[in-house]
Amino acid sequence: MAIKNNRLPAGQYEENFSDIHPPFTEKEAALVEANRCLFCYDAPCTKSCPTSIDVPKFIKQITTDNIRGSAYTIFDANIFGGGCSRVCPVEKLCEGSCVYNLMHEAPIPIAKLQRYATEKAIAEKWPLFKRKELKNKKVAVVGAGPAGLSCAHVLSREGIDVAVFEKEEKGGGLMTYGIAAYKVTPDFCRQEVEFITSVGGIRIEYNRELGKDLFLNDLKNNFDAVFLGIGVGLARQLDIPGEKLNGVVNAIEFIYKLRSESFHLLPVGDKVAVIGMGMTAIDAATQAKRLGAKEVTIVYRRTQDEMPCTQKELDLARLDGCKVIWLAAPKEVIGKDGNVTGLLCSEMELGVADHTGRKSPVDTGRTFMLDVDMVIKAAGQMPYTELVHQNDLQNSNGKIIIQNNTTNINGVFAGGDCVNGGKEVVDGVQAGKDAAASILEFLTGDAGSKEESAFNSIDMPLPKI
Amino acid sequence: MANISSDFLGIKSPNPYWLASAPPTDKKINVLRAFEAGWGGVVWKTLGSQVKNVSSRYSAVNYNGTRVMGFNNIELISDRPLDINLKEIAECIKLFPDRAMVVSLMADNTKEKWHELISQVEDTGAHGLELNFGCPHGMTERGMGASVGQDPEIARMVVEWVMEKANIPVITKLTPNVHSVVPAGKAVVEAGTNGLSLINTIQSVTGIDLDTLVPNPYVAGKSVFGGYCGPAVKPIALKFLTTISQDPITSRVPVSGIGGISTWKDAVEFMLLGASNVQVCTAAMKHGFRIIEDLCDGLNNWMDEKGFASLEDFIGKSVPAITHWEDLDINYHHIARINQEKCIHCGLCFIACEDTSHQSISLTYGNPYNTYAIKEEECVGCNLCELICPVENCITMVESRKGDEYINWKEFQRRGIPLNDH
Repeated sequence: MAIKNNRLPAGQYEENFSDIHPPFTEKEAALVEANRCLFCYDAPCTKSCPTSIDVPKFIKQITTDNIRGSAYTIFDANIFGGGCSRVCPVEKLCEGSCVYNLMHEAPIPIAKLQRYATEKAIAEKWPLFKRKELKNKKVAVVGAGPAGLSCAHVLSREGIDVAVFEKEEKGGGLMTYGIAAYKVTPDFCRQEVEFITSVGGIRIEYNRELGKDLFLNDLKNNFDAVFLGIGVGLARQLDIPGEKLNGVVNAIEFIYKLRSESFHLLPVGDKVAVIGMGMTAIDAATQAKRLGAKEVTIVYRRTQDEMPCTQKELDLARLDGCKVIWLAAPKEVIGKDGNVTGLLCSEMELGVADHTGRKSPVDTGRTFMLDVDMVIKAAGQMPYTELVHQNDLQNSNGKIIIQNNTTNINGVFAGGDCVNGGKEVVDGVQAGKDAAASILEFLTGDAGSKEESAFNSIDMPLPKI
Repeated sequence: MANISSDFLGIKSPNPYWLASAPPTDKKINVLRAFEAGWGGVVWKTLGSQVKNVSSRYSAVNYNGTRVMGFNNIELISDRPLDINLKEIAECIKLFPDRAMVVSLMADNTKEKWHELISQVEDTGAHGLELNFGCPHGMTERGMGASVGQDPEIARMVVEWVMEKANIPVITKLTPNVHSVVPAGKAVVEAGTNGLSLINTIQSVTGIDLDTLVPNPYVAGKSVFGGYCGPAVKPIALKFLTTISQDPITSRVPVSGIGGISTWKDAVEFMLLGASNVQVCTAAMKHGFRIIEDLCDGLNNWMDEKGFASLEDFIGKSVPAITHWEDLDINYHHIARINQEKCIHCGLCFIACEDTSHQSISLTYGNPYNTYAIKEEECVGCNLCELICPVENCITMVESRKGDEYINWKEFQRRGIPLNDH
């Protein structure tokens, strides 16, 4: 057993990482599905979309050959509408609430139609948006992820100049660095960022990291307002013995490498354990398998009823041949000569429900050993707690606290994963839009006095770490 | 099994489905294939003077992804030499003696030309003649086709010429490009036609290419009005048919129903409104002759289910049910009911009623599913919600009379009953 790269013949990588949801290749195929749409009023799909895309409208526009209008309808509500059409867990959002489900018929393939309507706009860089008259204001956005760029796009359209500071060398945030490669390609992510910034008025400075070469006080002084969309990034630690052994990696890092390097260079074990059952866990497990791992086992401490990923995602992992062990929690990573050789797991059982109604797992005292040479940790991500504290931002366990999208610091706004602890891309996009609306109100002064009092009410001393 | 064989003016066919005079019936090879497939008869594509066709010839209207909801053509009468047509007609009759062979005619506008053509066709052994007084394009400019059918007196004259000569049944085909088909229908019945057929195609422009801005069908940068047919024209044809079935003079002769018939249900509707048999074209042009199988099978099963032993048992049965507006019962009232268990919360009933009708549906917000209910006291019973609802039997109209007594508009006025009852 060993962790190594180049496990597969060259052509196999391409096949394994090709698009998992292929787009419509023919207009006619898109029209068959688009014409099935009932054009619901106050549509459940729209209400189930965090960005409230007018789904019936954009689908109707596909049927009338108004693709430009369709793309506008989508991007107007969600500037990441292209990426979201590939990564959204639509089975629990728009498609999950499609009224066809109530007729026990297949729902409208909304994501696929959305991809159809947006793909050309992005590839051909359609100038769908015009900036309003310049307002002679400038805003700093920290983080070029879904929240940051969505906020920047809204502000730019409103005539405000935006400088975006991004610690990585590419934009897109987790869209670019944290999602399985068969959902979005690096090339698409690059195009999407270019499309978003093509409206003008948005300047992105890459390799600028808050707390290292970029400081909140400077931003506050040099800009009229600041938006923090810094996301989450640190993998939750297991706090068990053996966590430092060679072969223990965290899922975000693993996917990050997969997305930033050639597939064949990325090492993967013979037998891999993935810890966790969220979307990232599924992404890590399937990608490990597709890199050539012989066995991938997902270990989850609760049961299928409590899993955070959707059934569709679980099916994906199972179809890739990943095994799942329910009610198992990692107890110790076993190693030899500094390398992982096994994962000792505790057998769990479900105890009483917590305040959210989810049953907590309880250790039975029994254990079993998994014979593995690699352990991928996907037990959730942690906020940038230290950074948040350093900047005196009011927070809850590192998650920035906001009220009306504003932090406790006057003129500093926040949204997305750094506030909610880590949700879907589409939630980040909406948070960026909401913050942009608040920033606009703050800058244009219409509701200035009201805004001031809102700040004051939450301007309280910060707890020390 | 019901008997679906048909006898139209003594012209017998194993089923009431004839292929209408059109491209599918313009030569032996098509007609033999149609007979092999099971069609009851054909009306051979119109014979007459020499013509030349153009390219292209057809265009269509698509709707919500359904192709050829309406169909349009600018073809003329048969452009094949007359002697070949006559020879092939005779051959088809020999090969399929049990099928109806009616030949469509459009001679130049002289008695001699009509007589000459009739005599040539009768020599083939054909069972009947259909006079094409309906073609809306190309021939009208020469004073033929619809320009005959649109003028009752010219139509009467031509039918008189025909009846002097013809020894086999004569069916006169009427044009719908008039405000009423009854005047021409009356004229030709009085002139002695043995039967009628309707409708021919309706003049139309089906659409325009939004890149070239040239309407279709495209002929070297130009287009012309064509003849519209297919499912889109069926309701118009049924209306014209009803007026013929209800007129005391035109109802004396049998009618062959034409206009957008695609299924056995369409055919039954034509026959319920007085057609003795039906003619089909567009549906066959879209799907081929194989559609005859379900046309016969569906008709047969329906007749068995309803207890009709032969076609005569139900032909014309719905004619009396179409009355005049002022004879409708004003005390009849029904209101919509939504079956909440079937409702899929699409909101289509609500928005249609709210925006365009009587604001009779209430909305209770829910996430993501709203609840919709009928405001019974507001509902006028217009049917709009029921028509729009995508779920079968989710919205039903429930009878709720305003009074026991039948009162029509005339009586209503006579009694001076107040108008604002809702």
